[in-house]
Amino acid sequence: MIELSGIRKAFNQGRDNEYWALDGIDLSIEANKVTALRGPSGSGKTTLLTIIGCLARPTEGRVRLEGEDISGLPERFLTEIRRKRFGFIFQQFNLIKGLSALDNIILPAYPTGRPRRELLDRAEELLAGLKLAHRRNAKVEWLSGGEQQRVAICRALINDPELVIADEPTANLDTHLAGEFMGILESLAGQGRTILLTSHDPLVVESDVVQRVIDMRDGKLICHE
Amino acid sequence: MKLWLAKQRYLIDFTLASLARRKTRNLGLLFVYTVLVFMLASVTLYTHALRQEAARVLAASPEVIVQRMVAGRHDLIPPGYMEKIGRIRGVQKMEGRLWGYYYDAVTKANYTFMVPAENPPAAGEIIVGPALERSRGLAKNNGISFRSYSGKLHTFIVADVLPQASELVSADLVLMSEQNFRAFFDYPAGHYTDIALSVANPQEVRNVAVKLAAALPDARPILRDEVLRTYASIYDWREGIVLALLSAAILAFGILAWEKASGLSAEEKREIGILKAIGWETGDVIKMKFWEGLLISLTAFLAGFVAAYVHVFHFAASLFEPVLKGWAVLYPRFQLTPHIDGLQVATLFFFTVVPYAAAVLVPIWKAAITDPDSVMRG
Repeated sequence: MIELSGIRKAFNQGRDNEYWALDGIDLSIEANKVTALRGPSGSGKTTLLTIIGCLARPTEGRVRLEGEDISGLPERFLTEIRRKRFGFIFQQFNLIKGLSALDNIILPAYPTGRPRRELLDRAEELLAGLKLAHRRNAKVEWLSGGEQQRVAICRALINDPELVIADEPTANLDTHLAGEFMGILESLAGQGRTILLTSHDPLVVESDVVQRVIDMRDGKLICHE
Repeated sequence: MKLWLAKQRYLIDFTLASLARRKTRNLGLLFVYTVLVFMLASVTLYTHALRQEAARVLAASPEVIVQRMVAGRHDLIPPGYMEKIGRIRGVQKMEGRLWGYYYDAVTKANYTFMVPAENPPAAGEIIVGPALERSRGLAKNNGISFRSYSGKLHTFIVADVLPQASELVSADLVLMSEQNFRAFFDYPAGHYTDIALSVANPQEVRNVAVKLAAALPDARPILRDEVLRTYASIYDWREGIVLALLSAAILAFGILAWEKASGLSAEEKREIGILKAIGWETGDVIKMKFWEGLLISLTAFLAGFVAAYVHVFHFAASLFEPVLKGWAVLYPRFQLTPHIDGLQVATLFFFTVVPYAAAVLVPIWKAAITDPDSVMRG
């Protein structure tokens, strides 16, 4: 589904503090599978995730999505791909404070102009699926960590993406909640979605749900299972 | 089109929710903004209405007034002057006028004593302006005494009070008979303060003035148009003073707006990052912030303008009255005719709404074009 070739990413390029976060990544991510990127802090996992998720462009190399080179596309097109094909679950959840769970969930669909009724129905369906319907009108800052993450998952799914990207999804959850998250992950995988996540949590990377683990260190892939 | 409208509706919905989330800050800004528009609109509406009012009242005044000058100062018109003017072609009607100023130590104000051309009061009676009626507590048939410049005390009976409608130019008037006027000021017989001329053809007014200047080299013809222009410039000048005072407020608002606009809070920047990461385009973010700026500035503009309208036309601009009207110490009190000038509204709109909306956009644009990957690094 996604192929990366010769990906390099520099920060502060040309300055004294130039830093190469990724240094020659060749990788292919298969569709309908759960893939995890594992590595210590600073290994380049998140940077790689941002490039795959069209949140940033590589300094060098090519990204192909179903055969189409997307690394050189203008920002507008990358945004469209991001909106239509990817759903993001961030480590800090990144919900908008002051808005209700429901309002946060439908936010990614605003630029599509889909009818509000349709969006609300879909959001309700997602909330019910994650057993959070009773918290639909609660402001997100009033929700617990686990509830916030489930809202973030609903938000990631509102535009029905093929690929879900999750950055350190269990970093802010206790063991019980992390277990619940893995259950949700399993059901998402069961729906045929491609899932790509970063983690160094053994509960995640050693789980049966994860079909492939890619190790990283110093901006390079260590082994390719 | 339907899709575009739906998108704009979502953007406005989100904008309203954003404004509500930062209630205190936005209400504070809205308040300051509204006060500023209110003050600016009050000044412009008021001075404009005053100019209109003056023009309306003066429309009935004579086309030309002739004054005699001695050593560059206004002097009395001596006998024989009127005969010379009478020979000038184009002059339809001419009348010698008697008027002068009187300082009343009781109210510490100057009154204008005048002999009306038509229906002068009977001997021993006066007709007073509405401001005088108020300041001296006069009513019809009351007696009032004035000590003349020669030291003699003159007592008059108030026969009537002038109507409120003409108060802008009649507030301080005291009308009396010619006989009383001459006795009060020791005015020599046959002399007049000035001469009012009516000219039948408005196109001829300037020619008559030129002929007057040639026939009477020591005379100064004053045209009605010039009086109107003087009124206009007096109000412009007063308006200028108030605007100069307001400039401090405008500057303060400018700083506030710039501060708000340039200093996007960390929370706002984070939100922009989130919106971009979840699929909002840079254009959507800018549009959303544009709606935010427009909603604040439009609300402030409308609220400020309506408040100014009520202030000026229903409460007689009580806040700025002393500076803008400034009629000695006897302030005229009258209801201005509501009048809104399209160009004036457009100018005010341009100088209050547009700069704010523009100032907000620059930093938003800067924040909106940054890569959305920053949110991943939380």
